[in-house]
Amino acid sequence: MTLAYPAQLKYVKSHEYVRTEGDIAIIGITAFAADQLGDVTFVELPKVGDKFKLDQKFGVIESVKSVSDLFMPVSGEITAINERLEGEPELVNHDCYGEGWMIKVKLSDPAELDAALSADQYKEFVVE
Amino acid sequence: MTTTSLKETPLANAHKALNGRMVDFAGWFMPVQYKSIVTEHMATRTAVGLFDVSHMGEFMVQGKDATAFMQNLVPNDVGRLTPGKALYTQLVREDGGTVDDLIIYCLKKTGPIHYLAIVNASNIDKDWKWFQEQAKGFDVQLENMSDKTGLLAIQGPKAVDLLADIAGPQVRDMGSFTHDEAKVDGTILTFARTGYTGEDGFEILVGGSKTEWLWNFLLEKGTKYGIEPCGLGARDTLRLEAGLPLYGHELSDEISPIEAGLEWSVKLKKGNFVGRDALLKQKEQGVGKKVICLRADGKALPRQDYDVYDGEKLVGKVSSGSQGIFVGYPIAFALVDAGSSELGKELSIEIRGKKVPAHVVSRPFYKREK
Repeated sequence: MTLAYPAQLKYVKSHEYVRTEGDIAIIGITAFAADQLGDVTFVELPKVGDKFKLDQKFGVIESVKSVSDLFMPVSGEITAINERLEGEPELVNHDCYGEGWMIKVKLSDPAELDAALSADQYKEFVVE
Repeated sequence: MTTTSLKETPLANAHKALNGRMVDFAGWFMPVQYKSIVTEHMATRTAVGLFDVSHMGEFMVQGKDATAFMQNLVPNDVGRLTPGKALYTQLVREDGGTVDDLIIYCLKKTGPIHYLAIVNASNIDKDWKWFQEQAKGFDVQLENMSDKTGLLAIQGPKAVDLLADIAGPQVRDMGSFTHDEAKVDGTILTFARTGYTGEDGFEILVGGSKTEWLWNFLLEKGTKYGIEPCGLGARDTLRLEAGLPLYGHELSDEISPIEAGLEWSVKLKKGNFVGRDALLKQKEQGVGKKVICLRADGKALPRQDYDVYDGEKLVGKVSSGSQGIFVGYPIAFALVDAGSSELGKELSIEIRGKKVPAHVVSRPFYKREK
């Protein structure tokens, strides 16, 4: 199976991706992470207005096989959560970069993203 | 991943060709899933799933004392088996702890009785030793056929249609826990109407060298029935939903068949057997702990070793837990104090620091419509 890592996104080693639209970051988990987890049954997300620092735990993702914490790839305030995941957690498996997004964050320090990985760097990281 | 030290079934290459995600299962190189556990679970509940269980062990028992030996070895009543029948039972230690659970087949042979015992892959060495030790004083010959025997399972409402297509319509009349033989494309297959999923289905024994042929043949003939190859992940979620115990979880050296809720398979009146005194005592005096079924509220999944509370009191641990994929809610087996085991009781499972309410429900979680 070939897993996709869109070039326009940024990635972190805890397997979250970031897509930026202005000062808003859209965050989810990578195709690699979704594939490793297998069938996602439950995503526990924070509330709108919650503030997190880089690397802080913001939620939990659970699949039939295992459970993992979700970590912030940036610092900022939650402006939206993907409420569809409540009833359709499998969207994370089917379309992790699109309909399976998890949270939107108002970036408090956009410069943090300079340290994140490019698609090529992330691909190299997960192939190892 | 290094695979050099892992044992392989004859299907290792077939699994890789199907994109199986291979893992180390009790020292065996086995597929945990192909497409996804949910896809495979649902295919088995609604169509037919194909499982490689060739890693399981097979011991042949024959000789003048074969029946007496088997009766002494296990708590279920082997004496009621006639050729073509099978039963589920356990190997029990003198203290009541469980060595393994197994199915015993009374083979369809003319002449002296032959039994075939099918045991868990993870316990083959331990069980083989146990069989040999218990054989002292009996006139029996034992043979460990595990390495030369392939075992595939087809499970699901369409399994019987698939087997009827390849082995003949007579298979439709087979009762549960019976077995038969047929020649298919020149190869003798022995198939039993047994399984580990809660569905109708068959387990098919085949010579090791013919296993890959049979696997591919079943996949090809099963296409029109929606067959899916299924890995150990779905095997585990299916058996849990069907309320079937897994050795090392609901049965172990520390958990007797009575404590596991398998009293129906323990025949204390049949005469003596290894472990009878301990099981009789448990039955007469009651057990201190019991395996129960729990349905948890919410969406977080109970998992093995999570603590189970009755109010503020820690009363046990989850032994197996998962999403009930077909029933649609989180389910678990737990080993708890007998005082907290009655049906309907509300307990709680500690999941990541939170106590999640869970009710004791009857076994199984899923029962197929007949």
